Amino acid sequence: MLKSSETIILTVSLLLISGCARNQGGNSNTLQIKGSDTMVNLGQAWAEEYMNKNPETFVAVTGGGSGTGISALVNGTCNIAEVSREMKDREIKLVESKGSTPVKHIVALDGLVVVVNPANKISELTLDQLADIYTGKIRNWKELGGHDAEIVLLSREVNSGTHVYFKEHVLQHGRSDNKEEFSPEALLLSSSHAIVDEIKQNQDAIGYYGMGYVTAEDKTLKIAKDKNSPAVPPTMENIIDGSYPISRPLLMYTRGEPSGLVKLFLDYILSPEGQDIVKKLDFVPVK
Amino acid sequence: MDTHTKIRKIKEFIIERLIFLSGIMSIIIVALIFAFLLKEGLTLFWQVPLSDFIFARNWYPISDPPQFGILPLILGSVLVTAGAAVISVPIGIGSALFIAEIAPPKTKEIMKAGVELLAAIPSVVIGFIGMITLAPIIKSVFGLPTGLTALSGAITLAFMAMPTIVSIAEDAITAVPRQYREAAIAMGATKWQTTWRIVAYAARPGMLAAVMLGIGRVIGETMAVMMVTGNAALIPHSILQPVRTLTATVAAEMGETVQGGEHYAALFAIGIVLFIITFLINGAADLYLHKTKK
Repeated sequence: MLKSSETIILTVSLLLISGCARNQGGNSNTLQIKGSDTMVNLGQAWAEEYMNKNPETFVAVTGGGSGTGISALVNGTCNIAEVSREMKDREIKLVESKGSTPVKHIVALDGLVVVVNPANKISELTLDQLADIYTGKIRNWKELGGHDAEIVLLSREVNSGTHVYFKEHVLQHGRSDNKEEFSPEALLLSSSHAIVDEIKQNQDAIGYYGMGYVTAEDKTLKIAKDKNSPAVPPTMENIIDGSYPISRPLLMYTRGEPSGLVKLFLDYILSPEGQDIVKKLDFVPVK
Repeated sequence: MDTHTKIRKIKEFIIERLIFLSGIMSIIIVALIFAFLLKEGLTLFWQVPLSDFIFARNWYPISDPPQFGILPLILGSVLVTAGAAVISVPIGIGSALFIAEIAPPKTKEIMKAGVELLAAIPSVVIGFIGMITLAPIIKSVFGLPTGLTALSGAITLAFMAMPTIVSIAEDAITAVPRQYREAAIAMGATKWQTTWRIVAYAARPGMLAAVMLGIGRVIGETMAVMMVTGNAALIPHSILQPVRTLTATVAAEMGETVQGGEHYAALFAIGIVLFIITFLINGAADLYLHKTKK
């Protein structure tokens, strides 16, 4: 007892001390980037290339969800927050209450794909149908002309920007007075990978995630804006011309106007070279 | 008094105090943790009445306005824990009896090593195996829409509770004095009668402690349960439905919250609820132990 409790205290305090030291970013050559799981691979790719060209700089990228990035920005434990949705007024006020203004940078575009098991006969849906599925109004594939089985809803956890974006733009049709919610029966999985895995082995499942996670074996659905519009597949062209209805900007927020290292890194991201990396990772460049 | 004895006395005094400090350290830490939970969590109840928090059926923490009803989460935790106990207690006690009383020495050594090895597997690995192998089996056996259910969670957690139950129960059984067995056999009792009616009966308090520690591990487990139960916050009507547990909710959502916010306080309030539940379980076990000792 004696030893173990003392060891625990010692370890915890050491962790706290080292954690603080790291979070302060005491070294001026270090950039801390935190946030969206959708963007973490993209951020990592930028960071690697940037570090290859500027070996004296160290860029650390961690995921955890857009919410994680925003709370890190509020608490001042990261330089850049990667966020896959707009910051809410409430969150902007929180940053301001800590003496800084969040500045938004659009760094790439992303299409949210809706995915089903390849054995599923359904190949296109309208936005309304999609909303009805996820709010629990349509409960069986039969109602959509598919096989007779209960629909298994897969969603990301609430700390995911993808979850919030999907709720606001699909379930609530982008109207702030609309209070539709995910059906409580929706399974909340902790990562996009978990959704990919579950859809592979479950014929009745439907899920959504960012375009970057799509592989050749996944069956993505064509989505129509409404009953009278054609259903379009999630391709890069359709996202750029706006005909694919579920796409969103991927954002980076900084505390105040970027300067120094942060500015250099953001300039690199928006350079043709940085935007090439966007394309390589199956996202859509902004320039 | 010469200086030599004086120094020795001072030394002894310091050492005694240090040991005393170490002894009460765990109590101080528990008290500090509880105080911290209360400080962070109680602010929630300025905005949300306690009865709404415990009995409301909707958990939509990031909506506007947010809804903090943890009834589905409590029921989820209770269902998974009860399921895990039903599976792990009979198997765990049975295997402890076998190891301590029946198994020949060689088998005994191998089984003990196996149980210890099972305890050493990290929970995230067990959760991963449950997600990849167990969930599809449960889905096809019961013909369910998804295999990520409370039952999958209960089976996964039973594996994690079993080593605790087996090794502590086995210690308790081995500690039963040899004379009890000799007396029973001298009275003409069979091996089975001796094992079940005499040894197991005498080892009851220790076995109860084993079960309580096992359940304690189950209710606090997070990672494995988050991976296999589906995390849907609805009130479960059967063990074959997805559930969301208290622990998984805290782990999944803590990253999203902003320090000092309402959601942050709600997650700490969940921590208070978990603390009270484990406190009650331990308290009940303690009470029972003292009763049987008298």
